[in-house]
Amino acid sequence: MRLTRIRRLGHAGRRIRSLNGWAWTASGTSLLLVAPLLVVLFGAADPDNDLWPHLVDTVLAGYVVNTVGIAFGVAVGTAVLGVGTAWLIAMCDFPGRSVFAWALILPLALPGYVAAFVYGDLLEFAGPVQTALRDGFGWGKDDYWFPAVRSPLGAIAVLSLVLYPYVYLLVQTAFATQSATLIETGRLLGRGPLTIFRTLAIPLARPALAAGCALAVMETLNDIGVAELFGIGTFTTGIYRAWFGFGDVGAAARLATVLLLVVLAVLWAERRLRRSIRYHPENDRSRPVIRYALRGRRSALAILGCALPVGLGFALPAAVLVWWHVRAGAPIDPAFAGIVFNTLGLALGATILTVGIAGLVVFGLRLDPAIVRPFARTAGAGYAIPGVVVAVGILGLCSLLDHALNGASRAMFGTGTGLLLSGSVTVLLFAYAVRFLAVSMNALESSYHRIPGSLDAAARTLGVFPRGMLLRVHIPLLRSGVATAAALVFVEVMKELPATLILRPFDFNTLAVRAFEMADEERIADAALPALAIVAAGLLPLIVLSRRFRQPQFPTEAPS
Amino acid sequence: MTVALALATTVLLLMPTNAGSAESVNLYSARKEALVRPLLDSFTEATGTEVRLVTAKGGQLHQRLLAEGENSPADVLLTVDAGNLWRAAEAGLLQAVNSAYLDATVPETYRDPDGRWYGLSLRARAIVYATERVSGTDLADHLDGYLGLADPVWRGRIAVRSSNSIYNQSLIAAVIANYGPEVAERWTHGLVENFARPPSGGDRDQIRAVAAGEADLSIVNSYYYAVLLGSDDADWLAGTAIYFPADTEMGAHVNVSGAGVARHAPHPDAALELIEFLASPEAQSLYAELNHEFPVHPDVGPSGVVAEWGSIATDDLPVVQFGRLNPDAVRIADRAGWN
Repeated sequence: MRLTRIRRLGHAGRRIRSLNGWAWTASGTSLLLVAPLLVVLFGAADPDNDLWPHLVDTVLAGYVVNTVGIAFGVAVGTAVLGVGTAWLIAMCDFPGRSVFAWALILPLALPGYVAAFVYGDLLEFAGPVQTALRDGFGWGKDDYWFPAVRSPLGAIAVLSLVLYPYVYLLVQTAFATQSATLIETGRLLGRGPLTIFRTLAIPLARPALAAGCALAVMETLNDIGVAELFGIGTFTTGIYRAWFGFGDVGAAARLATVLLLVVLAVLWAERRLRRSIRYHPENDRSRPVIRYALRGRRSALAILGCALPVGLGFALPAAVLVWWHVRAGAPIDPAFAGIVFNTLGLALGATILTVGIAGLVVFGLRLDPAIVRPFARTAGAGYAIPGVVVAVGILGLCSLLDHALNGASRAMFGTGTGLLLSGSVTVLLFAYAVRFLAVSMNALESSYHRIPGSLDAAARTLGVFPRGMLLRVHIPLLRSGVATAAALVFVEVMKELPATLILRPFDFNTLAVRAFEMADEERIADAALPALAIVAAGLLPLIVLSRRFRQPQFPTEAPS
Repeated sequence: MTVALALATTVLLLMPTNAGSAESVNLYSARKEALVRPLLDSFTEATGTEVRLVTAKGGQLHQRLLAEGENSPADVLLTVDAGNLWRAAEAGLLQAVNSAYLDATVPETYRDPDGRWYGLSLRARAIVYATERVSGTDLADHLDGYLGLADPVWRGRIAVRSSNSIYNQSLIAAVIANYGPEVAERWTHGLVENFARPPSGGDRDQIRAVAAGEADLSIVNSYYYAVLLGSDDADWLAGTAIYFPADTEMGAHVNVSGAGVARHAPHPDAALELIEFLASPEAQSLYAELNHEFPVHPDVGPSGVVAEWGSIATDDLPVVQFGRLNPDAVRIADRAGWN
């Protein structure tokens, strides 16, 4: 089937469109991914709801303050860590730079709840750090001040440490590839590094910074593990409590609706920041920038600046996990290999599905933005919605479908099918697609922006539009974007907990489920091994990903 | 790409499906796999029936059962806290069963009056305190019952986890049931005034806070303390002891973990067989040894560590009340600012 789009520009630029199969498929798929969220939101309209006024009177203000405060803090924290390290790696030369270039991504492999667990244990009053201080100085309980780790500030610190790589990844690419010519011009004109950083690099990298911070903020908004471990009331823990504590779907849905509005505002702000960039130098072949060579004290500072985020966001927590595991000398569960197999299989399947859908949606967006855009933007919201909300929405959706299938089968064959979808791996994969579409779409889109529109026109002229264009032009050029998207989704699925817990089939464990169960039972030694396995399995795709950043091979920039 | 797709398909085909066999019973459990699997293995050994298991938190399993409706594959719901069991029964997720064995074994206080669920193990919400800073006279004068926790003498000295924990919600519910809502409201406010620090972490963390000197009293489930005492490095617990408050109105607050047959169970007979097995002396002593809970079976004794605590004056309030009063309890906690 050959689909063409006839575009007749009328008096006022009116367009009459023939049916565009690609665009409608992309929109329909997006809609399917939004469906579970809609199922939940319909609950918000429930008028018979006496819990809501109670929540407004007592806890809602605290939820707002904590949620907004932590999200803002994480945005600032990840921006500072991400941009700082990206600048050092992209623009400076110092010993160890090439190692840090990939090591800085590693914290992404550490689930936030694991980091919170480790730091909570290390830094609390009874933990080794404060105990050593008391013993060393002979202090008593009230003789000194120590910041409370289980607090909103602690949550900001922990989340920033594990989420800054999103900013680092995107901004470092932007520094290294986009602005070489402009930055060198600035240098020729006698501007110092600080001025260039402030007036050129940051404005040029703004879209990347916005995209990275938006991912970090969305991940923060859906976080439940860190907030629960630290005893902080946020929208997400509030949804959890209203739903699973009070059993009040209506109140939970109202909280979820407020959260969704916040998410849409974040997404909108990100688009705004991205859109206002219009100056992509057309002739800037992506050659490396000439870096500042740092010496002496400056180079030591640069090393420290890179070592701290890697050390605190990855090396120290991982070392503590190893220590816990070794100290306990716990035997390795014989079922462990099966759990690893399940986790990797799920992550692989979910990656293929999610990146595939993201590719379809982004391609549809390219062909026909007017139709696809609203669908695509809403479908991305699943990333910031707590996994547990997505999961319950999916449960509702599946039971509708299953009941329909069952009824039809009874009518036709006289025997029911039972539950085909609910509690199957298929549904789990679907849940991951809903949750992580935004991650892969972000990566694909930023890669797509680099393909000049003129190539599409050429493909059209050559008559390979649109399928041939996708297969023979776009996909080869998108390779690095696809790799980034796949690596990120893979790691995210490995870490995902709430949806997996609720939707999984019988006798089906993943590493995250095992780590959570042991940690929740307060058996840290037994939680250490699965947590380490998550980190280890996440490292491989991240290292593959980081290799791509050593030799960037992006095509010519085009004005968008 | 083709290789990846082929690989993914193979993996998916190798993964378990939803279909169950006649020789199996399907269990939704809020008890963690590590704690429940040994019990299930001995059931399979005794009866030849396989048990297929999904674990999640109580509220999540509740939502899953609700969504699956009459097509649900679940035979048995096993969950902790009477509040969760009561809620599942209220939502019509469990069916009443007739079991002379269960009725004879499980005391009336620890089961649903309509036979929709039965308690299988007991845990007390107890006080772990620092022996150096809290004397026996202090306890006798200011903490004969739970109400003493609101006594200003404990200002800034009590560690407890968040009121999101259903253990704390059920404790408040028990105070409401025994002393009335006004007393419970004042008590909760007074207790919050006495916190040594904002609530965070789990029960084990509260015990650590007492051992390290950050707090003098902690409110925790008895088995956490017993598990720690039974572990290899129990030295750091040397300066602590456990105490069970009881006054004339209210004895030591005891909660249950328990199970019921799912409303739409495909294998109801095997389901009942599993629950009866879990109440049998064999399974009950496993419960006691695995997690140091009190057995619900009157003839089975607790684990060695727990037996050393001596006999405990427990509250005689039927645990079903915790469920009924749970919404009131959570509201009181919210109003008192217990996060």
